[in-house]
This record gives sequence, structure tokens and C-alpha cells, in this order.
Amino acid sequence: MKIVSGHFYGDNGKMKEYHYTGPVEHRFSPYSFNGGTVLAVAGEDFAIVASDTRLSEGYSIHSRDSPKCYKLTNTTVIGCSGFHGDCLTLTKIIDARLKMYKHSNNKSMTSGAIAAMLSTILYGRRFFPYYVYNIIGGLDEEGKGAVYSFDPVGSYQRDTYKAGGSASAMLQPLLDNQIGFKNMEGVQHLPLNQEKAVQLVKDVFISAAERDVYTGDALRICIVTKEGIKEETVPLRKD
Amino acid sequence: MALSSVLQSESADFSFNNDRSFSFGCRFGQTNLGFGAAPGDRLNFAIKASLGPDDKDGPERKIEFLHGTTTLAFKCWINFSVAERNHQRTASKATNFSSQEQLALLNQPAIPFVIIPQFQHGVIVAVDSRATAGAYIASQTVKKVIEINPYLLGTMAGGAADCSFWERLLARQCRVYELRNKERISVAAASKLLANMVYQYKGMGLSMGTMVCGWDKRGPGLYYVDSEGNRVCGDLFAVGSGSMYAYGVVDSGLRQDLSVEEACELGRRAIYQATYRDAYSGGQVNLYHVHSEGWTRVSQEDVLKLHHQYQEPKK
Repeated sequence: MKIVSGHFYGDNGKMKEYHYTGPVEHRFSPYSFNGGTVLAVAGEDFAIVASDTRLSEGYSIHSRDSPKCYKLTNTTVIGCSGFHGDCLTLTKIIDARLKMYKHSNNKSMTSGAIAAMLSTILYGRRFFPYYVYNIIGGLDEEGKGAVYSFDPVGSYQRDTYKAGGSASAMLQPLLDNQIGFKNMEGVQHLPLNQEKAVQLVKDVFISAAERDVYTGDALRICIVTKEGIKEETVPLRKD
Repeated sequence: MALSSVLQSESADFSFNNDRSFSFGCRFGQTNLGFGAAPGDRLNFAIKASLGPDDKDGPERKIEFLHGTTTLAFKCWINFSVAERNHQRTASKATNFSSQEQLALLNQPAIPFVIIPQFQHGVIVAVDSRATAGAYIASQTVKKVIEINPYLLGTMAGGAADCSFWERLLARQCRVYELRNKERISVAAASKLLANMVYQYKGMGLSMGTMVCGWDKRGPGLYYVDSEGNRVCGDLFAVGSGSMYAYGVVDSGLRQDLSVEEACELGRRAIYQATYRDAYSGGQVNLYHVHSEGWTRVSQEDVLKLHHQYQEPKK
């Protein structure tokens, strides 16, 4: 019986370290990971979309001022993280589709409609996906805050809060506890007001910057209310 | 998670083993799915050329999957006690025949003669609500039952985007059928439409295991359709990683004479037990009941609450 093993056995019967010194095949990858974290929270009459502004690749930082929130309409902001090339193209396509809708229907797209449209745009590339994690934050038709989170191929659902991107696995549990009151016994479920939500987002990103190499430099917060979209920039760790 | 993707990013591979190595590219028209995609309903997908052997990485690895899932549906026999009472009433009127009653009967309007079958079937559909991306739980509140129209339901297992996209397309096709034929589509036809749609993409990596449940002229309908091309009719199905646990519970509790309440409780218990033992299932249990008037949402309960409900009495 032939045993295939990645290890060579030396003279004394112990395994030698595996060092492959022959030719190695390198394949071209159309994707690269540019890092970044995005977060969105929906309140009673507001929505917050926040992202860090670091653009990295491998061990380098390409830019410290590349925010990942993009304004779509007066009531909707999208946060895209993942592969920057696909983020740019996707936002261009969404902008074009928004314009087309506005011209044919004489009104702006609602947040829910944008979310449904984005799902089909993403699924159109089911076999060569856009490597983008999207989160849409905005106001729905009734003026309430709405957050829609996506996966790279278009599966989506409406949430109250969602974190996406490189530090999402660190942030999501924190949000589950602080906004969703999960795993807490006997606490009063207070609704989130705007000031507390903004402070929570800042705290949460400071934590993410501590422990995720791809998150840092600065934090861009977009607050969507019926008055419009307000932007705020907060510095983060630059290391 | 971030560090591991750096180390693996040298060799990003594509899990796409296909002979069709043509690429539609990224023309603007490609992305306009639904906008002017009407002609022939041909869906154009951009396909990347296969560049080598597979190893799920990059976005492929991080796509949300509902592999971790338990969905189940079964036809149940609802006790139609009203039918029995009717039978008894007409029977007693026939046997207790006195002259007075005869007169009374003659003066009454004619009792319509209705054949009420002994049993009326319905379909109970129960699902969990967890979506995973690798070992990360992407969401605990996914709606895995898709309401195609007021009398047809579809469940989701496999790829989240695949299921929701194709079932949404199925809803559109069902509506077109209704407009063209001026009658509702049957469950058999709806499931056939879905099966034929995904069969065209067989081998290309779609992952979908769904149950089409509904009520039509022939009574309750339950079909299992998946991306491999299977389409089977049946009385009971459980789909997903937790399906084996659910089968155990349902098979042991299923009887001919279940009432609606008992059948719902059986479905709920089966999903709960599956979430208890399967790591990839969890969240909430969503229950639907399909009957002759259409479907009704029976309940949505968190598994943690069910746990206390079922485990407390044992202590």
C-alpha cells in the first residue's frame, strides 16, 4: 500500500520538515482583499452608516482616506467593503440604475427598492461574483430607519443593525448585546436614540481598530434623517 | 479571520469546474437583470473562465449558505368534525321519521346534498432561521419560507441567494401563468417550472434544496425540488443539515388523526430538536399551515424560549 505523505522521513525515522524547492505555479487572481469594515444601525427615525477609511492590500496601506460609504439618494447610503475594484464598479452601476429609474418613473428609488435591485445586480454575477460586502442604510417609506445587509451574491434581508467587512465577526456580537440585548437577563429594552447610537458606533470602531489590522486610520459616519445626510469624521488608530 | 485570508490570498482559486469557459464579460447589459430581460426570459450570467482546480476561497468561501438548515413539511389529515356532525344530523333526520317531522321536512327548504370527504388534508411547514458563512453565523433571523403567492409557499435550503432568487423568479412565472390562463397554477406545475429553470444550470454550482407547498384543485401539494434536478412528490420531507434529526421526531409522532394544533406542535418540536443537535441550525422556528383557503403564518418562536418550555418540566 502506497502511503502518500507531505512529509519526508529522515534516517532516524523522524519526519523532516517539508521544504518544497522546485517550481511553483502561480495563478492570476482577479480578486484581492482591500480590507475595511462597515456598520449600519437603524433607529426609530434615523439610520447610521459608518465605515473606516483605510484601504490596504496584503501588508501595505494604500490610503488612509478612502471611505467606504457612498451616498445613493437623499435617504439612502450604502457601505461597501471587500475588493475595492468591485466596490467602485458596483457603486457606478447602482448610480446609473438609479438615474434610469428616476428618468423613467419620475421619482427616487426607495431604500427597499434599491435593496431588491442590488440583489438582482449581484446575482447576475452569480458565477463570477462581485467580491463586495454591502450594507444599505436609510429611511423607508414611512420614515423609519432601515438596514439591509447582503452577501456577495445577493442574498439579503432587512435588519436593525449589521456589521460587515473584515472586523464584522468582532463587531456583530457586540452589537447583538448592546442593541439587540441578546444574552442579557432582566434588562429593560430601551429604544436607541440618535446620540447614543452615534456614541456606540464610535466606541465599537475604536475596539475594532485595536484588534483588526485592516481597520483603522479614521471613521466616517453618515447619519441619515429626514432632514438629509450628515457626515462626521472621527480619527482612529493609525498603526 | 482577517489574518487567515491574508495568508490564503496568494492562491485564490475558483470553485468552478466547467467546460463552458466562455465569458460574457461585464457588459452593462449583463447587470440589467429584470430591466428589459423580458425577451425570451433568457438570463445572462457573467461566467468566469475556469483557471484551475478548485478550492473555495475569496467570495466563494464567504457566500452565505443555508446548508446549515432544517426545513420540513408534511401533509396532515385534519379532523373534519364538522363533516361528521353534518352526516349525523342528516342521518338522524332520515331515521326518526314521524309524520310531523315529515311535514316539517317538506316545509323546509331543500337540504343541499353535499359530499364531504372523510378527511381534509393540509400541509404543515416548519423551518429554522440560521444562515452561516463558513463557521460564522451570518444571521439568526433569515426567512426561509418564501411566500410565492397567497396559496403557494417555497422553503429555502442550500445557498441563500440561489433559493431566494429562483423562488422570486418562480413567483413571477406563476403570476404570468395566472394572467395567461385565468386560473391559479397548480403545485405540480409550479414545482415543474422551478425544476426546469434550475436544471439549465445543473453542474454550474447552484445549491438549492426547496419544497414547494400549496393547495390547488387536487388538494394539498408538496414537492421537493433541488438544484441536482430532483423533483419528487411526497407526504413528508425534511431538508438540510438537521434533516435527519427532524425526520426522527416527525416519523415517531406522525399519526393519521392529528389535529391542526398537534400537527403544528409536532413540526415545531421536530425543528427544535434539530436545532438542539445540529450546530448549523438554530435561531427561530417559523411555522406555516397551508389549507384550502391558502397559507397562514402560525407562529414564530425563538429556540431559546422553546428550550425552556420543553426542558423545564423535566426538572
